[in-house]
Amino acid sequence: MWDYVKLILLGLVALVAAIAADWGHDLAYKLHAALIMLIAGGMFIWQLRQIGETRAVVDDTGYMDNVVRAGVIATGFWGVVGFLAGVFIAFQLAFPGLNFDWGQPFTNFGRLRPLHTSAVIFAFGGNALIMSSFYIVQRTCGARLWGGNTAWFVFWGYQLFIVMAATGYLLGATQSKEYAEPEWYVDIWLTIVWVAFLVVYMGTIFKRQEKHIYVANWFLLAFIITVAMLHIVNNLSIPVSLLGSKSVQVFSGVQDAMTQWWYGHNAVGFFLTAGFLGMMYYFVPKQAGRPVYSYKLSIIHFWALIFLYIWAGPHHLHYTALPDWASTLGMVFSIILWMPSWGGMINGLMTLQGAWDKLRTDPIIRMMVISLAFYGMSTFEGPMMSIKAVNSLSHYTDWTIGHVHSGALGWNGMITFGALYFLTPRLWGRKQMYSMAAIDWHFWLATIGIVLYAASMWVTGIMEGLMWREVDAQGFLVNSFADTVSAKFPMYVVRGLGGVLYLTGACIMVWNMWMTIRGGQPVRVAPPAAPVAAAQPVQAA
Amino acid sequence: MADKQEIDDVTGTDTTGHEWDGIKELNNPLPRWWLWTFYGTVVWGLAYTIAYPAWPLINSATTGLLGYSTRAEVAERIAEVDAQNAELTERLASADLATLAPDDPAHRFGVAGGASVFLAHCSQCHGSGAAGVQAAGYPNLLDDAWLWGGTLEDIEYTVRHGIRNETDPDARWSEMPAFGDIMSDEEIGQTVEYVLSLSGQDHDAAMAEQGMVWFQEQCSACHGDNGEGIRELGAPTLNDAIWLYGGDRETLIETVTYSRFGVMPAWGQRLDEEEIKAVTLYLHQLGGGE
Repeated sequence: MWDYVKLILLGLVALVAAIAADWGHDLAYKLHAALIMLIAGGMFIWQLRQIGETRAVVDDTGYMDNVVRAGVIATGFWGVVGFLAGVFIAFQLAFPGLNFDWGQPFTNFGRLRPLHTSAVIFAFGGNALIMSSFYIVQRTCGARLWGGNTAWFVFWGYQLFIVMAATGYLLGATQSKEYAEPEWYVDIWLTIVWVAFLVVYMGTIFKRQEKHIYVANWFLLAFIITVAMLHIVNNLSIPVSLLGSKSVQVFSGVQDAMTQWWYGHNAVGFFLTAGFLGMMYYFVPKQAGRPVYSYKLSIIHFWALIFLYIWAGPHHLHYTALPDWASTLGMVFSIILWMPSWGGMINGLMTLQGAWDKLRTDPIIRMMVISLAFYGMSTFEGPMMSIKAVNSLSHYTDWTIGHVHSGALGWNGMITFGALYFLTPRLWGRKQMYSMAAIDWHFWLATIGIVLYAASMWVTGIMEGLMWREVDAQGFLVNSFADTVSAKFPMYVVRGLGGVLYLTGACIMVWNMWMTIRGGQPVRVAPPAAPVAAAQPVQAA
Repeated sequence: MADKQEIDDVTGTDTTGHEWDGIKELNNPLPRWWLWTFYGTVVWGLAYTIAYPAWPLINSATTGLLGYSTRAEVAERIAEVDAQNAELTERLASADLATLAPDDPAHRFGVAGGASVFLAHCSQCHGSGAAGVQAAGYPNLLDDAWLWGGTLEDIEYTVRHGIRNETDPDARWSEMPAFGDIMSDEEIGQTVEYVLSLSGQDHDAAMAEQGMVWFQEQCSACHGDNGEGIRELGAPTLNDAIWLYGGDRETLIETVTYSRFGVMPAWGQRLDEEEIKAVTLYLHQLGGGE
């Protein structure tokens, strides 16, 4: 019976998508409708061929790790895609000729830039967060993922979101909201996928065997819930037509700007900070083999971070149409946020107490430590840049780009690499990664790449900030905008080279993962006292 | 899982007794420096919100004890500079540019201010060094070739009203027809050979001979009998080596066939009186002023 319902639903989706692909008003919409038609049609045929067959019995007693394995591979893949796009657009800024005439308008900087940011934050970072939260929640709850194949729906649904977002940007479908560029139907799809993610995650926590909920799960849960809220509110919009990609925001003017940066800053706060802190709280103590430094600190800094981050958004709009009072509050909350952010760094670094010697021998621990160091640096730099006087110099300059990248490449990138190196051998039943020397190479290439990137952006950012505000004795501006652009050229080349190093490191990692996976077999791991144990008293005893 | 506190061997600290997948937690207190720095930022934050506009009320927000506002701050700074320059600004705004001596402080002030106006508003098209962009048809302002005249009066008029724009009825205006609709390709080719000959470039003499007939018929009314150009119509000189869009055969064929329509905004609608005068003085002294 259920099979026939599925068949009917899939058939309907394919049919509606086919009509939409035919009647759609713009290329992005038509392409996406055709894509959905193909997927639903393919699943329809597959489903049809399954009818009447006897199904293989699914072993649902161990941890559900296949979806984590898929996530590990997706994270590596999207990482390389995102870094490659970043390197290319970095060189487009240095050498505008790379905005090829034959590729207009699809390959110009304006369309590739959101492709890069979304590929890195949402595709690479998002897959890293989803797969590691699936791994962590099972291990720390001693329970298999709740909801059967829902986890697979989350994985594949999220990949579809990424593909629709990325192709939409190239074809010009965008809401023009930074980090929230996808248009209305892509947003709706992500909402469905994200709610499924929340349900799987909460369901697993509800059926946990442990009495307490581990700190990593607090952070991951805060990340999932808050991102859902941010995503829905910032994307409130009305489609111009159900058959086109264009939509109109419900907010306008400064309210729209404030909503956007409330979202934008908390994407940093809850996606890139809280979510990755959740990863950190699991992988660092596991890799170091040491207890977490302070339970008290984790409680206090968790609640302080969650409470304070949500108010810090207005610092993105200093000296704009935003009223002064909002600007002040954004700045004050950002500065009070400094210590709560550092709480995570302290707890991570001090967890190495008694295991510092591993820095010499274990390149994975080294990667995690450098990521915490960059986390500490950017969470100091951020509050500093939120101070109005500093912001009046730094805003709109490359300093902001440098700040974002020391956080993204240093903190998010490095902790994710550490997690991938931790997970790959364990998930495919190998003693360790195929090549430990390659991890060392990755570490140094990535670290030097970040240093080149951040240092060049500090220099060029402060330089252009000073050039913009330079006036002569009578108060006249000294430089034209084009003068500042040409002065930045050498630093743009250095930044691009930094990106090349970082990308090279990631390619080495993907090769290393490939070699590790190729020689191994997926392993089945059972929870310590598996949920089935309840039904089998003999084992439980 | 094990709810049993124990002592960590390495540090001698208690654990909390919780354990998840082998991860335990130490019972360390909050680091003192961390806690006091945190308290410090909170106290500072409260003080700052009392001193500056911060807390939203129902219809307004607290203004803060210091009475600070970003708008007032920027207005104050602008007023400061305005007050410092008041005398010179006044003199410049009311001066007759033609009689303003180059060593007059108001003249120097105007040139310096004009350079700044130029960088902010004009350099996007004419380049930050005012050398123009030939391929795009933005004229070079450093040489002595002027489309609409290079006296102070001419320059000021062009800046104020612009060229071929829809916003100012007094904008300078002229329009070259697209001869592709009027002449055959062969006739255009012959005309172009003649135009090439005017500036002494390589050309097909036989074609140019026929082209001269077309030129006299179609072009000379605006560009003059010998291609010397007519400023009242903004029609460029064709018998020199200076070209707005390019003087090679291919570009000339394109220009004659499809025409050109260069537009400049009317800056009188955006700039102050003294800014217009200042940028006029600046342009006039760049090298080509008449």
